[in-house]
Amino acid sequence: MLKEGEVRIPAGCAISGIFSRAGKPISGGEIVSSISTMHDRSNGLGGGFAAYGIYPEYPEHFAFHLFYDSDAAKRACEAELKTFFTVADEGPIPTRKVPGVGNGPIIWRYFAAPRPEKMEALKMDEQEYTVRFVLRINRDIGGAYIFSSGKNMGVFKAVGFPEDVGEFYKLESYRGYSWTAHGRYPTNTPGWWGGAHPFALGQYTIVHNGEISSYDANRRFIEMFGYHCSLLTDTEVITYVFDYLNRVQGLSLEDIALVIAAPFWEEIDCMPEEQKRKLYYLRNMFASLLITGPFSIILGFDKGIMALNDRLKLRSMVAGEKDDRLYIASEECAIRVLAPQLDKFYAAQGGVPIIARLEEGTN
Amino acid sequence: MSGDFLYPDYEIIRDFSRCTVCHDCERQCANGCHSYNEKLGRMVADNAKCVVCHRCVSMCPVSALKIVKTDHTFKQNANWTGDVIGDIYRQAGSGGVLLSSMGNPQKYPIYWDKILINASQVTNPSIDPLREPMETKLFLGGRPDRVEYDEKGQLKDNLPVHLSTQVPVLFSAMSYGSISRNAHEALAKAAAALGTYYNTGEGGLHEDFYQYADNTIVQVASGRFGVHKRYLDAGAAIEIKMGQGAKPGIGGHLPGSKITEDVSRTRMIPEGTDAISPAPHHDIYSIEDLRQLVYSLKEATSYKKPIIVKIAAVHNVAAIASGIARSGADIIAIDGFRGGTGAAPSRIRDNVGIPIELALAAVDERLRQEGIRNNVSIIAGGSIRSSADIVKAIALGADAVYIATAALLALGCHLCRACQLGRCNWGIATQRPDLTARLDPDAGARRLVNLVTAWNHEIKEMMGGMGINSIEALRGNRLMLRGIGLTEKELSILGIKHAGE
Repeated sequence: MLKEGEVRIPAGCAISGIFSRAGKPISGGEIVSSISTMHDRSNGLGGGFAAYGIYPEYPEHFAFHLFYDSDAAKRACEAELKTFFTVADEGPIPTRKVPGVGNGPIIWRYFAAPRPEKMEALKMDEQEYTVRFVLRINRDIGGAYIFSSGKNMGVFKAVGFPEDVGEFYKLESYRGYSWTAHGRYPTNTPGWWGGAHPFALGQYTIVHNGEISSYDANRRFIEMFGYHCSLLTDTEVITYVFDYLNRVQGLSLEDIALVIAAPFWEEIDCMPEEQKRKLYYLRNMFASLLITGPFSIILGFDKGIMALNDRLKLRSMVAGEKDDRLYIASEECAIRVLAPQLDKFYAAQGGVPIIARLEEGTN
Repeated sequence: MSGDFLYPDYEIIRDFSRCTVCHDCERQCANGCHSYNEKLGRMVADNAKCVVCHRCVSMCPVSALKIVKTDHTFKQNANWTGDVIGDIYRQAGSGGVLLSSMGNPQKYPIYWDKILINASQVTNPSIDPLREPMETKLFLGGRPDRVEYDEKGQLKDNLPVHLSTQVPVLFSAMSYGSISRNAHEALAKAAAALGTYYNTGEGGLHEDFYQYADNTIVQVASGRFGVHKRYLDAGAAIEIKMGQGAKPGIGGHLPGSKITEDVSRTRMIPEGTDAISPAPHHDIYSIEDLRQLVYSLKEATSYKKPIIVKIAAVHNVAAIASGIARSGADIIAIDGFRGGTGAAPSRIRDNVGIPIELALAAVDERLRQEGIRNNVSIIAGGSIRSSADIVKAIALGADAVYIATAALLALGCHLCRACQLGRCNWGIATQRPDLTARLDPDAGARRLVNLVTAWNHEIKEMMGGMGINSIEALRGNRLMLRGIGLTEKELSILGIKHAGE
């Protein structure tokens, strides 16, 4: 059977997200209870979480989470890592034995800072430098896979139901201002841990439910700009699209929504002149980054969260607000389990982003 | 020497029990096939003059006529076939180059027919174009690498001028002269009605058609026929014709018999002279020269027109396209070896160039490898026969397609491949007033609009089946394609998997 990355595997899914605008710490236990209500939307072949604000002791270091298939892969990767980064701390990511999570890879964590002289020589800023490094390791070093690479954030994922994965990683011991979760329902998978979601690059993490029909158009476009889609999953390509449009091209998240879930021409043609001109520009300039087919995604990023449905709204996604918190999930139950009484509850509209950021002065 | 005589390939069969001797066949045939034989008291036909255009068959009020392939044959020989022997007799008799028309009819692989399209099942929904929006609007032109912001932090519109079409189909270049005024008028009117473009070809633009300028692409070819400032300003885009799929490596051929007064005025050449455009542009002997012509045309039109560079699909088409993409061109048109022509040397038509499917796949992939695919648009042509071909072309990597043979078929062409004779009984590839009068431009335009509208419906149905609701998300989406009966090498050039994978 072909491994993940050698074959494209469609998957259905459950997603959930919690965000505190005030930057208050949220325990990982909460997101685990949220995603576990949607147990039937996963099939035990992948679960994962992303958390922001969890490493206040190393706020300026890139936190690399790695899967290694072997000690040899670990040695090869560490040689590269230590050539390009100074490692401040490292060690295994704490886990506990859980019946629902089988034997996995070696799971290692590093807090590292780019070596300034290397960065200078390559004429890159530290984001670009780190992104290029991650893409290169994942493409070139067999058996080593960087699945998390942002600052003060981290991804935790495995093959299993998400609630088991949460227990496995002892998520109840982490506190962060933003959490997203994913339960996977792939139609077939060899059960590779790296194939679980969220997918992450730099500060961006994506959890996604859907199967995009534009996949290869998006993939072949984005690969022109130095990205290599090694997993052949929607989530991977969507993450790269966000990285490219937001970090490289400098588009705002609101404008990115207009590119990837663009309004229909018949709507655009009825808009006020200025908005119309902008949409003509964006849809033309980035025509190949329009994403079609069903998707609901939650993007985690430094100090914020964004949820977006495809423009036809072919996947369920609802949002609730209570005090400083924003909840987003595939199903209402995943929100009500944490906050039975909400100030506001609404369905995400197709193509209309829901964006929340930390309030000024927090964190 | 009597050895030059060849038994005609086709025979006109008349059902005398039906024929009413109305003489309509005689009136319809510009080749003079039909006549009345007094002695016999019935209509007779000269098979040797028949070009198999079916005009008489279509017009016979009592369906008394049909054309059949003759069963007369040379002694069977897989190597020295009847066609080969016939061509040798003809050339031994005339000493001339064999001429023919329309696209390469030989038995080369047709890759379109070896590619299958995907559809959604279960894991994602198909989309119903009758109930949901389904977009086929698209833009053609160059795109900058980066977005720019003004001093207020607002996005700046830094896109060069683009063509915008409602359907992914444009009418390909056919010159006034090679086809009739009425055929041109039908194409122009249809392009305007469809929100797309037709292409003047290398014969200039007739005075009466400047009114369709917004839907016109004006061509600049090596003969520079009919090129002047007003002509360049008239078009929505300018196409530099470097080559044509039907005859890569040589220029256009228009026999003097087709250069009538009106054609002569439009082309700015003397009446009755053969219009032979040079094989190369004599100001373009290399890629840097092309860049100069691209920018000369941009300067001449104040950067208000996208520049298309049209090339024939030849062996190193990917490298050539890469050079063109870096030469300032906004759009590259690639013409496959099955593309049509009004006249070409048969040997060139049948033996030079490569299939559009392979050329398109190679060019798209090469431009992506170089990271410049977004800087240019690609129009694929030479021979797009149906909406399925269009879906496959776009999924392979084209932005849009050019059609010409299919458009002529819609106007009544029966693909007899005798355009060079100038006696087209359907009023298309002729300048004889009695014949051109047979083509009503309004009726022709209606049929063209019907054809493209029907195809666009089919494209939407196929897109919806794949769960795609915008043509942009189909472009280069090769995962939606699978090959059938193709070798590993062919699959790798096409960049697709085999069915079942």
